[in-house]
Amino acid sequence: MSAILNSYFVKTHRLEISITIIAIILFLIYLIGAPQVFTRFPIYRAFMQSMPFFGIIAISVTFVITLGEIDLSFPSIVGITSLTFGSILTVTDGNFFIAFALASMLGMFAGLINGLLVTKIGIPSIVATIGTLYFWRGLVNVVSQGKGVAIVDVADGTWHHALFVEKFLDKIPAQFIWFIVLTGLMQWVYRYHKFGNHIHFVGDNKASSQMMGINVDNVKIIAFVQLGFFSSLAGIFTMYEMLYFWPTQGSGLMLTTLAAVFVGGTSVFGGKGTIFGTFIGVLIIGSLESGIIALGLSGFYVQFINGIMITGAVTIYALIQRKKT
Amino acid sequence: MEDLLQLKNIYKDFGNVKVLKDVNINIKKGEVVALIGDNGAGKSTLIKVITGVHKPSSGQVYFKGNEVVLKSVAQSRKMGIEAVYQERALCDQQELWRNIFAGREITNTFGFIDIKKQRKEAEKILRDYIGFTSKAITVDSTIMGLSGGEKQGVAFGRSLYFDSDLIVLDEPTMGLSIQETEKVLNFVKGLKKENKSAIFIDHNIIHVYGAADRFIILDRGEVAGEFNKNEISRDELVKKMIQLHESGKIKVND
Ligand SMILES: Nc1ncnc2c1ncn2[C@@H]1O[C@H](COP(=O)(O)OP(=O)(O)O)[C@@H](O)[C@H]1O
Ligand SMILES: [Mg+2]
Repeated sequence: MSAILNSYFVKTHRLEISITIIAIILFLIYLIGAPQVFTRFPIYRAFMQSMPFFGIIAISVTFVITLGEIDLSFPSIVGITSLTFGSILTVTDGNFFIAFALASMLGMFAGLINGLLVTKIGIPSIVATIGTLYFWRGLVNVVSQGKGVAIVDVADGTWHHALFVEKFLDKIPAQFIWFIVLTGLMQWVYRYHKFGNHIHFVGDNKASSQMMGINVDNVKIIAFVQLGFFSSLAGIFTMYEMLYFWPTQGSGLMLTTLAAVFVGGTSVFGGKGTIFGTFIGVLIIGSLESGIIALGLSGFYVQFINGIMITGAVTIYALIQRKKT
Repeated sequence: MEDLLQLKNIYKDFGNVKVLKDVNINIKKGEVVALIGDNGAGKSTLIKVITGVHKPSSGQVYFKGNEVVLKSVAQSRKMGIEAVYQERALCDQQELWRNIFAGREITNTFGFIDIKKQRKEAEKILRDYIGFTSKAITVDSTIMGLSGGEKQGVAFGRSLYFDSDLIVLDEPTMGLSIQETEKVLNFVKGLKKENKSAIFIDHNIIHVYGAADRFIILDRGEVAGEFNKNEISRDELVKKMIQLHESGKIKVND
């Protein structure tokens, strides 16, 4: 037992192991408390359907948090890119490529603005992205005049609709497969790509990174740009799932997404994090509401238990961290 | 001897603070130059201009006879300048094998790191260049757990591993044991045999005097004096430094 506990893998993956144990306990509670729901497939299908919308962003936000920065504007980037995607798809009578290109380019542009405000102007990211959070949501309201956009006619039954959200083998929602694939890819980038490596160094120590020849500003800018891109992707997924745009689209994503990252074990101080942890964090945060209700508790408990989960998880990490140093 | 590096009329301001004022320096091939001066004189800033960390506010840099505009650390490394910074330039929470190659990772065409190769080379640096014998330190150790001397060893080994014509050492003996200091000083003396140049910053005049060919005294951002070793004895050099400290001036013909 102690040999296992002292092995290299365990020592270097304490956070990942803790979060996985927490998730297993949580799902055991679901299973024991509501077997009629959790021994059947539909609840899992519902999870697979809903989690990717914020899960994709959570993976991407992990890069920004590891940098020691934060981005609060992504809910509004989801909004503006969803509106763009829906509108372009409508006016082009269902031209996916143009709609996708313009929406994702706008997402990256919004990320670029965040990155430039933070690096070249020197505004702290929390302040800069509160500004752009309001700016992009405000633009959505002005452009949409508070009205929705329906894309049923141009999207339903198309190949691109199938590609994004239809069920694979009649069971697995396509967005979940995308979510898994993107998580795997981003995990690889995070750990083993030059960019992921630089994210860790800059988040760890900016001055040292500079002396080691890392272009700190560029690393930060790219981090915000990729988050803009993944926000637009989440917006597009949501559009296909709902077949409708509404002006508040994306605004509910902020807290669940950030909660998933922090519950997942990524350090708010920068320099250290885990994509796998964020993935498990998404499973935890994304299952709480349905789980709590299936357990027979009223919806009033959802936020309360969310609070316990988040506070409990970050307390465990802080203690692990303290033991190490 | 051939000129390797020339700085001409270098100025550097940080906002309103003028840190370097009209600095002119010349380093020849195979020469060890000591840069001495009080805390805050601008020594570290000057070497960061040379390594591309800071852009000079004005002035010219010549390397091997050609004017260069140093835009980045990467560029200065490529020209053949390596550095051990006073701050050591390491990131605490990252592993040794990542720290050694940070900013110049060994990658494939898509930018993914060749982990195997990087770890193998890091292993070699640990063994051959740093001479770590402690089993507790491996390439997978993070910097956090290392002692001051060990951190220094990593920064040092890293600068030796990459081929260079000029090595800049900013207070390399700070916080080291006597034996470790001895090793560093021997290394600096050994550079000349390979026809490499070095800029060596140290507070300890005894260290400096033994290792360097020439001394440049920096005072509040200006070059206050410059002496070849054959022009000045160690005691005279110490006297000049005390004089400078007390009066703020150096009498050149004392
Ligand atoms: N990045 C910076 N921003 C502002 N001031 C700086 C910066 N780096 C150094 N300085 C200032 O420049 C002066 C010289 O510092 P430094 O070059 O570190 O001196 P030394 O290495 O000789 O002790 C100091 O007054 C220091 O406060
Ligand atoms: Mg200094």
